[in-house]
Formats: sequence, structure tokens, C-alpha cells
Amino acid sequence: MGWQIDLLILLMVISCAIAAVEVKDLLATAILFGAYSFLMCLLWAVMGAVDVAFTEASVGAGVSTVFFVGAIYHTRRRTKD
Amino acid sequence: MRYLYLLLVVLSASVLFYATLDFPQWGDPNSPASLHVSPVYLQRSLEDTSVPNVVTSVLADYRGYDTMFETTVIFTAGLACFVLLRVFAPKMKDTYYRHIQSGVVLHIKGQTTLLDGSRDFERIDSRWVPADIILKTISRFLIPFIQLFALYVVAHGHHSPGGGFQGGVILGASIILLSISFDLRTGLEKIHERGLGLFSATGVFIYTGIGALCLILGKEFLNYGVLSKILPVDPVMARSLGIFGVEVGVAITVMAVMVSIYNYVSSEGRLDEGL
Repeated sequence: MGWQIDLLILLMVISCAIAAVEVKDLLATAILFGAYSFLMCLLWAVMGAVDVAFTEASVGAGVSTVFFVGAIYHTRRRTKD
Repeated sequence: MRYLYLLLVVLSASVLFYATLDFPQWGDPNSPASLHVSPVYLQRSLEDTSVPNVVTSVLADYRGYDTMFETTVIFTAGLACFVLLRVFAPKMKDTYYRHIQSGVVLHIKGQTTLLDGSRDFERIDSRWVPADIILKTISRFLIPFIQLFALYVVAHGHHSPGGGFQGGVILGASIILLSISFDLRTGLEKIHERGLGLFSATGVFIYTGIGALCLILGKEFLNYGVLSKILPVDPVMARSLGIFGVEVGVAITVMAVMVSIYNYVSSEGRLDEGL
């Protein structure tokens, strides 16, 4: 049962990472980074590194997403290319 | 050209994957890290440091300097954000006030503080967003619980997962939630810029102060056991209290720095109106 969950989360992490680079909308990129961090947090928790998972959830998925959104608020949302 | 880059990425990824083949299996008891380093910490941490949680004993005791300078790095990051982003010259923006009972918005040309103290008018941002009563009520209910949880994470950090960094971030996030759901000025009323600067320095001072206190009392820097000379407790409890004090210092710094970075980023460094 363990490795199927690992594999599923890992595939979702990779697809989040690729989507975050490929997507044109900056706000969507920020949200995808949040999802990426949250999935990484799940992965740490599955591996038993609960302290790291906690930090990842609060810093990576929580506050840094807010910082990204706050910075994007002062830019145009879509990139030129 | 695009395919060349793709080829480079695939090539370096395959090299990295090839390198991982040499790694020991996950959780392998015969891997080098599990043979020399981990057993020493696992076996001796209780008699060395009297801390029930091995993670905390490594974080705050064996690697106490490391955590201290991490806190200093966070403090420096806040300082760098202040230096880079803070703008003191006010931008001449128009000011908007909403009459609370009728909802009529006054648009005043130029910067003014004319109606700031008024009870009938509230100042609103120039990028107007509708007053969302659900959002405001929910966050008003949630924020005390988030802060209570943050304090629990800090205070219970040396028995369970958590500690100064996580608790400080959650505490900062609760204030950021206040700034987002109301507006930036509401958040700044609760904890203003000077207070944030003071707090971020205070946390580092608490950490280094506890270390220096141990030095003054005649032991090594950050050797918490010696605090029992001035506290009415035995050395084991003094270690626990020393680590708790250090965690509180970390939490204060992290909270203040997170909130001030948010304030500077979301208001373009002017601290007048933000996200």
C-alpha cells in the first residue's frame, strides 16, 4: 500500500512542477507552487519526517504563496511570451 | 535551439537519476549515515541533553549555533527587505472614503487624512474591493484560534513536532490573514512597523542573551543546564526552560519578519494600502 501512495504523490508533484513552469498566468503559477509545496509536505509526512513536513506546510504552502500573490498583485498577470 | 535545451535537461536529469542508483535504500540500517551519526544521537541525546525529543535535542542543543544563525539569517532577510523595498516618499494618490451607513464613496483628489478619525467614514483602498462580511466575520473568528495553535506549537515544540520556526510562521500568518481580509491599515494598527522592527531584533536578542547568560554563569555558550543557578529548578528543568526560551526568541523574530516582508511586498514599500 505504501509505495502506491508515494508514486501517486510523486507523479502529482512532477505534474505540478511542469504545469507551474508552462502556465502563462502568474497567479496560477503561484497557486501551483502552493500545491507543489503541499504535496511535498505530504511526501515528507509519509517518509516520517514530520518536522520537515510541518515547516514545508507552514512556510512553503502557506506564507510563501501569500508573498507570491502579494508580489503578483503589483504586476500584470500574464507574461508577454 | 529549444530542442538543444530540452536535450540538455534530459541529459542532466538522466545523470542525476544515474547518480541516485548509488544511494543507499531509504531507511537502510547499513547506510553510512545510520552507522556512525544517527546511533550516537539516538543513544546519547537523553543523557547528554535531557530532552525527550531527539529532533529538538539536535536542533536546539547539539546544533544550537546553527539555529541561532538561522534566526539571524531570518532577521537579516527582514532587514534586507526593509532596505530594498521601503519607500518613504509618499505617492500622491487620491484618497477614498466610504460612508459606512449609506455606502456612498467619497473620492478626494490628492492625499489627505481629513476623515481618518471619523466614525461615520472609513478609508478604503484605491483599488476598491467590496466589503465582504462573510470573509471578515470568518477571519475574525478564525484568527484567535490560529494564534492559540501557534502558541501551542511554540510551547509544545520540544515534545512534539513544531517549534519556534513553525509557530512563528503560523503566528505571522494570522496577522497577514487580518491584513488580507480587512486591509493593510487594520493590520498595521494592531502591530505597526516600528513594533515589527523591534520584535524582529528582540527575538535574536533573546536567543543570544540566553546563550550569553550561560557564558556568564560559567559554562559554555548555550549550555542551558547552568541556568539552574539562577532559576529555582533542577538542571534538567533548566534545560527545558532554556530551550523553551530559545524557541520563543525564534518565534518572535520569525513572526515579525514574515509580517513585515508581507507589508513591504504587498504595499510596494509605502505601507499605505496593500493587497
